[in-house]
Amino acid sequence: MTSALVLAATKVDLTVFVAAAVMVLAGAAGVVISANPVHAALSLVLTLFGVAVLFVAQEAHFLAAVQVIVYAGAIVVLFLFVIMLLGVDRQENVRRDPLRAQRPVAVLLGLASLAAIVLLAQGTDWVTGAPSVAGPASGPGANVEKLAESIFTRYLLAFEITSVLLVIAVVGAVVLARRSAEPPADDPADDPADDEGSIEPHGAAVDEAPVP
Amino acid sequence: MSIDGSWYLTLAAVLFTIGAVGLLVRRNVLVMFMCVELMLNAVNLTFVTFARMLDDIGGQALVFFVLVVAAAEVVVGLGIIVAIFRRRVGATADDLNMLRG
Repeated sequence: MTSALVLAATKVDLTVFVAAAVMVLAGAAGVVISANPVHAALSLVLTLFGVAVLFVAQEAHFLAAVQVIVYAGAIVVLFLFVIMLLGVDRQENVRRDPLRAQRPVAVLLGLASLAAIVLLAQGTDWVTGAPSVAGPASGPGANVEKLAESIFTRYLLAFEITSVLLVIAVVGAVVLARRSAEPPADDPADDPADDEGSIEPHGAAVDEAPVP
Repeated sequence: MSIDGSWYLTLAAVLFTIGAVGLLVRRNVLVMFMCVELMLNAVNLTFVTFARMLDDIGGQALVFFVLVVAAAEVVVGLGIIVAIFRRRVGATADDLNMLRG
């Protein structure tokens, strides 16, 4: 079904797709395989850039830029920040399998779901010819203009709700990261690993600072 | 004529499967979180592909909202992970049994 269309595709499109697909899959495999969480985060960057390339290839230019800025720029940096803050950048023993037969079953389930999705993707005629609901994605005009027109008219309420969601997330993060007034019984306050990132004036970082 | 959409959908399915298997297999909560991000990206790729195939900008608008929700989710999730680490339980999901009675 696809061979004629692939032959019609230009060599550039094919090259871009194959290169981006290799980036995406190599990064995803790196996330799953690498024992060090820092390596996993860097592999995640590779995958995110590959997805951004695929967005560009499908003329979603604004989303590609946002993908790089938000995901690769902010989210992965947040991951790396937490990894460094908590000091868990040590190797995980990926050979050990605490639950017997979990990995084979997980891979089996994954392959089954993959087969189902691929069968659905290949065997269904998706393009129905129905008129677009939220405006055409192709045609004249920049991608960002069409996307903005859709978001700020049809999806305006959802857009406003996302701002509420972001405020809730910020408040929740502050509440979660705040140290409680009295430390729990099993949480002595003099532990150095416990005070990293703390804004307490008498934290461990201050104690280690003076150098004669 | 660019690449047919079913190739993008197949790639997104493979990416989603890798993320799902990683979520089931890995023990480190941070890596499990990254696998969730992989799955979200696979779904985003599917949305953009359908936006092109059906010539509807709504798919791209939905990806925009997914990005916002993913950012909020990462912030709150990492806050929870930091709060768990305050109790020095460790990075392994199997050791997180604080709710056990």
